[in-house]
Amino acid sequence: MAMSRDKIFEEVKEVLIDALGLDDDEVVADATLMGDLGAESIDFLDIIFRLEKSFDIKVPREELFPAEAVLNNPDFVSGGKLTEKGLAELKDKMPHTDLTEFEKDPNVNNIADLFTVDAIVNFVEGKVA
Amino acid sequence: MRWIWIDKFLEFKSGESAVALKNVTLAEEHLHDHFPGFPMMPECLMIEAMAQTAGILVGESRNFEEKVILAKIKKAAFYHFVCPGDTIILHARIDSIAPEAASTSGEIMRGDERIAQISLMFSHIDNNLAGKQFPEENFVFTDMFNSLLTGFVENKATSEQTE
Repeated sequence: MAMSRDKIFEEVKEVLIDALGLDDDEVVADATLMGDLGAESIDFLDIIFRLEKSFDIKVPREELFPAEAVLNNPDFVSGGKLTEKGLAELKDKMPHTDLTEFEKDPNVNNIADLFTVDAIVNFVEGKVA
Repeated sequence: MRWIWIDKFLEFKSGESAVALKNVTLAEEHLHDHFPGFPMMPECLMIEAMAQTAGILVGESRNFEEKVILAKIKKAAFYHFVCPGDTIILHARIDSIAPEAASTSGEIMRGDERIAQISLMFSHIDNNLAGKQFPEENFVFTDMFNSLLTGFVENKATSEQTE
């Protein structure tokens, strides 16, 4: 039987509490990993390793956090913003993430806000389904 | 000079686990100040000893081609003091390894007594840090480190350099 979304959220929450040294009430669905929860780059890898173990899934880093590959491609970034091509690529690579707000101002500095607790839950839901 | 905080390996299972030994001695000058009248091995150096044990394990699993840098202390819990005359045994194992990083966990024991639990994350820095460039030579795994492995694994890094 597939895991319920609530169950996935609870396990993702445990992963984030352990990986980032958080309190229980800090991990809410719309919290951003970097802005709200203080994750740094190495924490993303820690989170990936822990998700793999908790859910017994394979998580290629570029699937869950594909922004780096997009940002490093000059076709996708111009003047500190994602180009249309870049946005299309990000949408394609991040189906688990809601990009509606980001599209209004696709500044590369806003990209960190895309990595939310909800996005991880969506991603895991897709993997364990 | 590099400070090496393990004296030798006792066991080395490539890509899996390693066991290293350290003898703590009053000849280590820092113990005279840490603390006067009560010399004990600083916990931060136990973390470093574990980082060396686990870091060599991680490095060897990729033939010492990666520059393996301690990136995160996931957990460090200490249960007893370690004093001059003690022999501590460091057990490290690889929990996960990917092209960019590795995660390890381990314990430090003195006989049957558990001294510490230490879990670490290592970064393979050439595959990380947004493509930042580092010197080509592997400045992490120097000859002193490689000599610790003599007799356990073929000394790949050195043999490649001399070919």
